[in-house]
Order: sequence, then C-alpha cells, then structure tokens
Amino acid sequence: MFVNITIPSWSDFAHFVPEAIMFGAFLLALMGDVIVRGRKPVVPFLISLLGASAALYYSFASPPIGDAGVLGGLVMIDGFAGFFRIVFSFVAVVTILFSWSSEEIMGKGREHKGEYYALIALMTGGMMVMAEARDLVMLFMSMELVALTSYVMAGYMRNSLRSTEASLKYVIFGAVSSGIMLFGMSLLFGMTGQMTFVGIRDALVANPVNELSMLVVLIMIMAGFGYKIAMVPFHFWCPDVYEGAPTPVSAFFSVGPKAAGFALMIRFFFTVFQSIVELIDWPLMIAILSAVTMTYGNIVAVKQTNVKRLLAYSSIAHVGYLLMGFLLLTPGGLQAILFYLLVYAVMNLGAFMFVSAINNSIKSEELSDYAGLGFRAPWAAVMMFIFLVSLVGLPPTAGFIGKLYLFTEVMREGWYWLAIVGVLNSVVGLFYYMQIARAMFFEKVPEDAPAIKIAPLHYVTMALLALPTLILGLYWSEFKVLADQAIAGFSAF
Amino acid sequence: MADHILSWMTFFPVIGAIVITFIPKGNKEIVKTVAAAAAAVPLILAVRLFIDFDRALDGFQFVEHFEWIKSFNIEYHMGVDGLSVPMVLLTAFLSFICIIASWKIEKATKGYFALFLLLEAGMMGVFCALDFFLFYVFWEVMLLPMYFLIGIWGGPRKEYAAIKFFLYTLAGSVLMLLAMIALYLFTTDPATGQTGTFNMLHMFDQANHTGILTLDNVRFALWMGLFIGFAIKVPIFPFHTWLPDAHVEAPTAVSVILAGVLLKMGTYGILRISYPMLPDQAKAFMIPMAILGAINILYGAFCALAQTDMKKLVAYSSVSHMGYVLLGMSSMTEAGINGAVFQMFNHGTITAMMFLCVGVIYDRAHHREINGFGGLGLQMPLYTTVTSFALFAAIGLPGLSGFVSEAMVFMGAFPVHQTITIISAVGIIIGAAYVLWMLQRVFLGTRNEKYDDIADINSREMFTLVPIGLVVLFLGIYPMPVLNLMKVSLNSLIAVINVAG
Repeated sequence: MFVNITIPSWSDFAHFVPEAIMFGAFLLALMGDVIVRGRKPVVPFLISLLGASAALYYSFASPPIGDAGVLGGLVMIDGFAGFFRIVFSFVAVVTILFSWSSEEIMGKGREHKGEYYALIALMTGGMMVMAEARDLVMLFMSMELVALTSYVMAGYMRNSLRSTEASLKYVIFGAVSSGIMLFGMSLLFGMTGQMTFVGIRDALVANPVNELSMLVVLIMIMAGFGYKIAMVPFHFWCPDVYEGAPTPVSAFFSVGPKAAGFALMIRFFFTVFQSIVELIDWPLMIAILSAVTMTYGNIVAVKQTNVKRLLAYSSIAHVGYLLMGFLLLTPGGLQAILFYLLVYAVMNLGAFMFVSAINNSIKSEELSDYAGLGFRAPWAAVMMFIFLVSLVGLPPTAGFIGKLYLFTEVMREGWYWLAIVGVLNSVVGLFYYMQIARAMFFEKVPEDAPAIKIAPLHYVTMALLALPTLILGLYWSEFKVLADQAIAGFSAF
Repeated sequence: MADHILSWMTFFPVIGAIVITFIPKGNKEIVKTVAAAAAAVPLILAVRLFIDFDRALDGFQFVEHFEWIKSFNIEYHMGVDGLSVPMVLLTAFLSFICIIASWKIEKATKGYFALFLLLEAGMMGVFCALDFFLFYVFWEVMLLPMYFLIGIWGGPRKEYAAIKFFLYTLAGSVLMLLAMIALYLFTTDPATGQTGTFNMLHMFDQANHTGILTLDNVRFALWMGLFIGFAIKVPIFPFHTWLPDAHVEAPTAVSVILAGVLLKMGTYGILRISYPMLPDQAKAFMIPMAILGAINILYGAFCALAQTDMKKLVAYSSVSHMGYVLLGMSSMTEAGINGAVFQMFNHGTITAMMFLCVGVIYDRAHHREINGFGGLGLQMPLYTTVTSFALFAAIGLPGLSGFVSEAMVFMGAFPVHQTITIISAVGIIIGAAYVLWMLQRVFLGTRNEKYDDIADINSREMFTLVPIGLVVLFLGIYPMPVLNLMKVSLNSLIAVINVAG
C-alpha cells in the first residue's frame, strides 16, 4: 500500500537550478565567512546577492515548461512553482541589498553578520521548495526548513531583549502548530495510506471517509498553514515577532514565508481538499476566517502606536484579502491571489524598508517619532506615502489593481457579502495607514528631532520598489499575464 | 493640441506639477508663475471647447478612444456632452482663479501648487471620462491631493477635517467600486458579444445588461451603492457632516474648489452614471430624491442661520443650494433637469465668490466671527460692494444667474412634486434671512473701531472676484450660452428615463 518510490536520477536535478543556486550560495557564503575575515562580511553578502540575482534571472529567463513531477513525485516543477521562484528571489535580492546599509543588521555589537546573508539564501531556497512540494514529507521538510531558519533570523539581535523574545515566541508557536499539523497529516496518511497529494486525493475519491474525521484533519492542517500565513486565530505570534525582529528580517518574513505558505496551501488544498467540498463546506469556513482575519487585523491596527506593529497587523489584514481569492476554487481566484502576492511583496517590502531606513537615524519605530518626516526626509517620505496608498488600495497604485482583481473574482462567484466586508475593511485600513502619513506630513518637526540620513543604497532599493508600485497601478498587463500563465500551468486544474 | 483637447486639459496640469517639483527651493515666484501658466492652458482650451462644441448634436464629442488594458477590457475613453461641458468649463475657470487666489501661500509653496494642479487634473478627468474604470481612477486620485491640501495648509482642526473628508468619501466610493464591478461583470460588449466591459456607453444601453443586472432587487442594490457613493460627495443629508469641517479648515482656495467643483461631482455622477445606467431605478427613486432635496434645502438653510462663523455659514448654504439641484434632478422634466445642471454651474461660481470674499476678510482680520465685525461698509467700501453682490447672487436676486436656475428648478419640480416644492420654496426665504442677517451684522450697524485701519480689497483679489462676478451677471441677464450647451444632451437623458419608467 505504500507509494512507489522511484530512485531519482541525476537528470532530475536539471529542474532544480534556482534552488541549487540558493543552497549553493548558502554553503559558499558560510565557507567564505570563515575563510575571509574582515570588519564587514563582504564575501557572504556578495555571494548571496549574486546567488539570488542569478536565481531571479534564471527564473525569469527559463520558466518551467509543462509540469514535471520530479524526485519520484516528491516535488512538482510547474508554472505555479516558477512564478513563486521569481517572487522569492526578488524578495531575497531586495532584502539582501537593503540589509547591507541597515544599522540593525550591520551596526555595532552585531555578531555573525556573514551568517545572516547565508541564512537568507538558505531560507529562499527553502521557500522555493515549499512552492513545489506535493508530498506530505516534502511539505513538512520544506516548512520546517523555512521555520527553523526564521527562528534564527528573528533572534539575530542576540543582545536585544525584544529580538530574543520574538525568536522564542516564534519557536513555541511554530513548534505547537507544526506538531498539530503533523498529527493531522498522520491521520490523513492513516486514512488513505498515501503520501503524495495526488495519491491522497485519489484515495479519498475512491473510498470516501466519514465527515467528522475529515473535519478533524482539515482543522489540524489548517492550523499549520494558518500559522505560516498568520491567519486569525493563529496569528498571535505575528505582531510580536515582526516588532522584535530586526526590521529587514520582519520585511522578509512579512512577504517571503507568507507567500510560500500560500503557495503550499493552495497546492495542498486544491489537490487534496477540493475533492471533499461536497462533504465539508470548507470554502465557507475559509470565507468566515477571511472576513474575521481582515476585520481583526484592521481594527487592531487602528490602535497601534508602533509602526512595525501596525504594519504587522496590516499584514494580517492582507492575509484576509488574499484568502478571498483562495476560497473561490476557480483559476480566476488563484490568478488574483498570485497577482496580489506580487503587488503585496513590492509594496509591503517598501513600507518595511522605509521603517528600517528611518530607524538607522532615529533608532525608533514609534509613530510619535515620525513627526514631520515629510519635511526632514521628503523623498523617502513621499515614497513611503506611495507604499501606504498602495496598501490602502487606492489608484493609481498597484495595490488598487490587486484589490480590483480580487473583488472582481469574488463578485463573479457571487460572494457578495464577502466583497462588502472586504471593501469596508479598506476604509478602516485607510484610517490607520493615514496615521503614518499624518505624522509625517501634518505634524510639525520637533525642535530636538535628530537629522535623518538615509543611506544611498536605501534610496536605491526604495525607489526600486516605489516605481513598480506606481507603474503597476497604470499598466500591469505583462505582470498579470505572468500570474495567469502560472495558473494555466498549475497541475491541480 | 486641438486633436486631443480633453487629454491636454486633463494632463497639462500634471506636467505643470512635475515641473514644479523640480524647481529648486526658494524660487516661490517662479513656482507660482508656472502654476498659473499650467492652469491657464486648460482655461484657454476650455474656451476653445466652448466655441467648438456643437450644440445641436446629441452624444459625445471630442472623443478619444484607445485600448489600455486589453485583458480587462479597460480603455482610455474620454469625451464630453452637454452635461459635462459646463462642468469642464467651471473646473478650468475656478482652478485658474484659485491659483491666483493662493498667491499669498507661504508655507511649502512648491508642494501646495503641485498638489493643486494634480487636483485640477483629477477633477477634469472625472468630468471627461467615459470608461468607468478611468472615471473611478480619477475620482479616487483626486482625494489624495485634497487630503494634503486640507491637512497641511488648513486651519486649527485640519487633521481631523482632512481624515474625515477622506474616510467619508472613500466609504462612499468603495460601494461605488462594487457597483462598478457588478456592472462590468454583467454588461455585454457588443463588439465581442461577451460580458465584461468598462465602457460607459455600453453600460447605458439596457440591452447589454445580462445576468443579475436584469433582476430588480440587484438593480436596486446597485442604485443604492452608486447613490450613497455620490450622495456623500454632494453631500446629501445625512452624509453631509464632513462638509462643514472640511470647508472651515481648508484654506480659501481649497474651499472654493471643494464647494465650486467637488460637490458637483456627486450630482454629476448621478446624472452621468446612475440615471442612464439604471433609469428604471431612477424613476422609482424620484420621490425619495425630491424629499432628500427638500431636506437639504431646509436643513442647510436652518443650519446656516445658526452659524456665527462666516465660512461655516457659506458651507451650510452650499448644502442648501445643492438641495435645489437634487430637487430639479428628481423632477425628470426638461425645466427641472436643465435647471439642476445650470444650478450646479451657478452654485459653483456664486459660492466661489462667497468663499473668496470670506478669505479676503480672514486674511486681514484673522478671524471670521460674524459678530466680531460691524460697520465694515464704512471701512471697506469696495469690499462691501463686491461681497454684497455675491450674497445677493446667493439669495437668487433676479438679474443674477442664481435666480434663473432656481426658477427653472421650481418650475420643473412643481408639476411633479407639488407639496415638496412648496415646502422647499420656504428655503428661499430662510436663505434670504441668513444672508441678509449676516450682511447686516458685518457691514452695517455700529462700526468696530478695531478695524478702522483695515485695508480695502486689493487689485489681485479684485482680479479673482470680478471675472466670476461678470459671469454671474451675464448669465443672469442672458443665460442662453450655457443653457444651449446642455439642452440637447439632457433632453435625450430625460427621454431615456421616461421610456424606462
């Protein structure tokens, strides 16, 4: 009754070029860090930056053709996975670049700076595998690889109480939720005797399982994914971790692992659970969770006085928006999610990067310390404003287009109540995002305000993110095509 | 420029705004000159539009139609008809006047004028767009500069006023967004025979509506979604509470734009989008709309009566005057709808004069308390003359433009809604009361010696007020130039609605 394990051949590894680059960069960066010692970890930085850039270039230049189940069916290299390779390597490039000028990462008293860059490379590789896994073992392995790396990265500022607390919280929550998920997976394996997603689906179709046990499995597995993407009620770690971790790391967490969690969740649910929609109305469950998640995230964000915490709750709210596309069970819904993830990666990274760039000068993320930033650092503040407008979802920014696609698909499938909840949430969102704009532009510059110095590298990376945020709001055809093709090549349909 | 006149009118201010951003700090005079030039071009083009517009033609003119996002069937589609031309003229005219009126802005001059020009672009775009997506983009884009103009250059409670304005408007426009998506999803594009188009002209044609768009309760929900979105902008009671705050806190020129152009976008939206797309619902909503109009007229007038702040008084008078527009629109008669659109234009010019007059005194006395003045007529004779002219225009004195449009509204509404029209007419008396009472307290009576040395209105301020005054006077004597513009288009709109009813 066990699956047929075919021995992977060497030719299988031809499908793994970006992953191989990232894992190779990880090892080389580690070795380089030991061999070349200096005040600044130039070698690991360059290796991981080059590795991520190469992976980005390769993912663009040669997207996967067809759908190849490789390594004996453990992973699936299809257009869907190819899309996420682009997202992850882009996020990695931006994060690596940005970290180089960040005081939180490179400042005095930080240790193991070289390993930091190596870990980003490792995590990026892990996320790519998450988007490809289609077997319970691979699912768990890739999720844990990413999780363990992120625990270390969250606690990177070893002598900061907040950072270590963040790391510990992350570990505890992570351990519990992946334990629950593993339990659910073992039940699923027990019921079907299959490890691959496809195998499980076929077994479930052939021998229907009773409703209650399926519900238990569903909830347990949803707990694992819910933790990964920070869906209410599995979100409690999120604000603390984002606040405590160094800001570039929070930026990376808020887009990278979240997108990877979505990728894996989509592949798993659309392969395995799509067959049991008749049995359990899980799209309705997700719809309720989606509405609760966005409402909770937005309402709690209103009260925040720390910008990083505010952005953390905003990222929870965005998970709610993304889930709207998930429960539709249509290609259109998935295309909307993928496009939104792309947009979200750009705008959310930008917002966090601004926080980090400002933190270099004022050593604070409190909203009250942002007073008058619009006059102290006008260009950076204007770029931040673009990110904020995009996060609200107003034209002419990419965030609006992303939301427009999501709402269009939600309306198309007739989930009108969810669409209404969604748009009203945007209004709440406006209020707290504009709190930041208000502090920056409407408040007077305090007398004793420290001068803001923004590193040239930070200007470059922020501009690199602000431009697409604006341009994608006016012309986005090519990028939508990217998302559409990813879904066209998605094996679940 | 003659080929793409509407695009030039919309985007020339954007070019001006970009140029202003790159002018080095400190060159305030250059910034202002560039801004004035960037606003003058749309004004010149508007005159050209006024001359070239074919008044006898039904349908859209100066149309520009390009593909934008093919996969989503979004087009760059601009055009004007008799409904939009008066609004375009008004926007170009008031924007230029307001740039001149803002000459004294000292704080962050560059930012102010750049944002002002962006605002003009947004408003112009709203009145020219014929693609619903494009319309929505302009509609929302305009909020951002407005938020900053109130929030940075406003009065003491500017932050509260700015976010309140933003939140109210966005709450309305997200409902409009959902209605737009529903219309997009279930409207057939005749060119391809498939559903999914943002082209307003296709949405106007009831034969293109499919699926849920043919269901009565869905149409009602769409109507309400669109109506609330537009009602907040007008603002229609009970969505009006953002208006006094925003008007009072905003700097003078921004108040002028708010009252003169922004409010018209609400009623324009109803006439441009709600009426032709959902004519059956429009017909069914006649009585509620007339009642809302009457409430606006009376409630606005009574609130104005109670104000002691001149700017707040003018703000509430706007609520009242927009009520006439609603009353006229609800009648679905030729005189009523033509009067409503004419009233939109006239209110734009008259209220602009009133706000500019309040700005003049505020610049000198640094307060706007009605009871803080007295006998200003002796101290500022010229200013008193101009302000009295504006105030009499607001009452609707015969010979000035406000009279013509209000009379048309009442003539059009009376046969349809007799009781409501009679009740609304009381608003005119209250209107006269609050205006005359203010006139008496500020300009007549015992003079306040504190202001003996106050300077009279200067030539720059006269330059902003006189052109508007001339328009008001001219249209009061001979309104045909504007009435001729809109007649054909509005009559075909009425025909569409009456057929559906």
